[in-house]
Amino acid sequence: MKVIVCIKQVPDTKGGVKFNPDGTLDRGAMLAIMNPDDKAGLEAALRLKDQYGAEVTVLTMGLPKADAVLREALAMGADKAILVTDRVLGGADTWATSSTIAGALRNLEYDLIITGRQAIDGDTAQVGPQIAEHLNIPVISYAQEIKIDGDKVIVKRQYDDRYHMLEVKMPCLITALSELNDPRYMTPGGIFDAVAADITTWGRADLKDVDDANLGLAGSPTKIAKASDKVRKGAGEKVVPDTPEDAVKYIIGKLDEKHVI
Amino acid sequence: MQNIEEYKGVFVFAQQVDNKVSGIAYELLGKAKDLAEPLNAQVTAVLIGSDVKGLCDKLAEYGADRVIVVDDPELKEYRTEPYAHALASVINEYKPEIMLVGATAIGRDLGPTVSARVATGLTADCTVLNIGDFPLQPIPGKEDEQKHNQLLMTRPAFGGNTIATIACPNNRPQMATVRPGVMQKIDPVKGAKAEIIEYNPGFTPNNKYVEIKEVVKKVSDIKDIMDAKILVSGGRGVGSPENFKILEELADAIGGQVSCSRAVVDSGWKPKEMQVGQTGKTVRPNVYFAIGISGAIQHVAGMEESDIIIAINKDEDAPIFDVAEYGVVGDLNKVVPELTKQILAAKEAKGA
Repeated sequence: MKVIVCIKQVPDTKGGVKFNPDGTLDRGAMLAIMNPDDKAGLEAALRLKDQYGAEVTVLTMGLPKADAVLREALAMGADKAILVTDRVLGGADTWATSSTIAGALRNLEYDLIITGRQAIDGDTAQVGPQIAEHLNIPVISYAQEIKIDGDKVIVKRQYDDRYHMLEVKMPCLITALSELNDPRYMTPGGIFDAVAADITTWGRADLKDVDDANLGLAGSPTKIAKASDKVRKGAGEKVVPDTPEDAVKYIIGKLDEKHVI
Repeated sequence: MQNIEEYKGVFVFAQQVDNKVSGIAYELLGKAKDLAEPLNAQVTAVLIGSDVKGLCDKLAEYGADRVIVVDDPELKEYRTEPYAHALASVINEYKPEIMLVGATAIGRDLGPTVSARVATGLTADCTVLNIGDFPLQPIPGKEDEQKHNQLLMTRPAFGGNTIATIACPNNRPQMATVRPGVMQKIDPVKGAKAEIIEYNPGFTPNNKYVEIKEVVKKVSDIKDIMDAKILVSGGRGVGSPENFKILEELADAIGGQVSCSRAVVDSGWKPKEMQVGQTGKTVRPNVYFAIGISGAIQHVAGMEESDIIIAINKDEDAPIFDVAEYGVVGDLNKVVPELTKQILAAKEAKGA
């Protein structure tokens, strides 16, 4: 059984967000990490390796420095790593990104492709389903449990007020939630091996059956008209009352002023 | 290549679950009416399901000029494939200029698949939609290249730390998923009627049809926090699940509901459906009490559009005070019960 996990290197926005004095984001100060949902997807794949002897390949698209997350994945137990990197792929939206990754995946054999539900930088949750569509395979998003039964995969899928137990014949693509599991740590031996491991690097020429018109900034249907760091609405009043009674008097006064009570 | 001139009208995916229209469908119709005005276009609801024709009048009351119904037994319970086939077929047949989908769990699954199938862009989780020019300002010397009447889609990214406005100038439809709780529905027009078109592209199961082995619904009697006019919201600072009682008493006294932050859900004190924030629900009540909530940016993203934010926190430096109109530095265990008492007393005085 062959499993491919698509992972992304992202700036750590959870807790580690740093600001410049003018209130804009200090991107340089943020750590680059493996996207949490992707890490859960990787863990799910490694469990399939533990259980069924699956071969696990990790693939990322990004700058050359994104090899750091591939080495982390190898140190956790992945077997092979592929970095898709090329100047012409930069500035891609989700359509161009999914077209690129699908072009890379067409070179590979797979039973299962796992992606994270969404990356914490873009928060779109679009690339996984779009890859499946380009490859003409079924997608199951928001996986909470993954089981294999012969040539079928059984997935517990969560949404709103219900969950579905879904079954589909492989190959298929699954998007994983970070709630799926607790990813394992890298092993010391794994780290040692990962530093020296060979990482396959692919560029534009290695992508299969993809038109130039669907790649990079130029191949992105969506265009950014304006981007800015969010300007928060300014603080209002803040009082430090001496007693709870004073605090309540203040709040009641405001509620009264605004005709709430 | 698409002839984008052929694409007309503002379409809304009218999500239904168990043959009940989801609130997001009405919100999208309200926004679609706004967008249709400068475009001088029609608003069309796309209703997909099994035995759902009875829902058309409701969609008309909330602003649909036209309803395209795809009704087929294959569409009873949501599955990506038959739904994506239904919506993509409607897009290819009726060629909308704009296609709005709710950023619900269903919409965030359906939207990307459909956008890839019809080969257009999709902007996720939008919070603001406008009609305008792209680029926003004409490029000197290339004034005639600026496109007018474009859908400008604004969305937060980086966990709510940045905001981007995005256009889709060369592909149609211009597609967006829209955050629930952000757009305003219109007051329903009783008796309004829409033109109804029945359309069935045919459903032949293929490798992409997933089989549903089991559906398990959670039974809940919690009222939706997105509908509340007043929210009394608690964070980790409340201290314990038991201590939420003082928030519930305040909510009862003032006619509101209790909600909470992610920390509270992660600690298992309250269910996920009560969570406000980036990974929870977006709320915009008249009054939002943030009690013992520090105000992480992910929380603020879900409540900053509230009319009035009142924060009670013992930490003078808590970031919640940066977004609150009225901030009180104090011990919530003393302030909240006293506030409940005074509100009840005031109500009694008025009633007397």
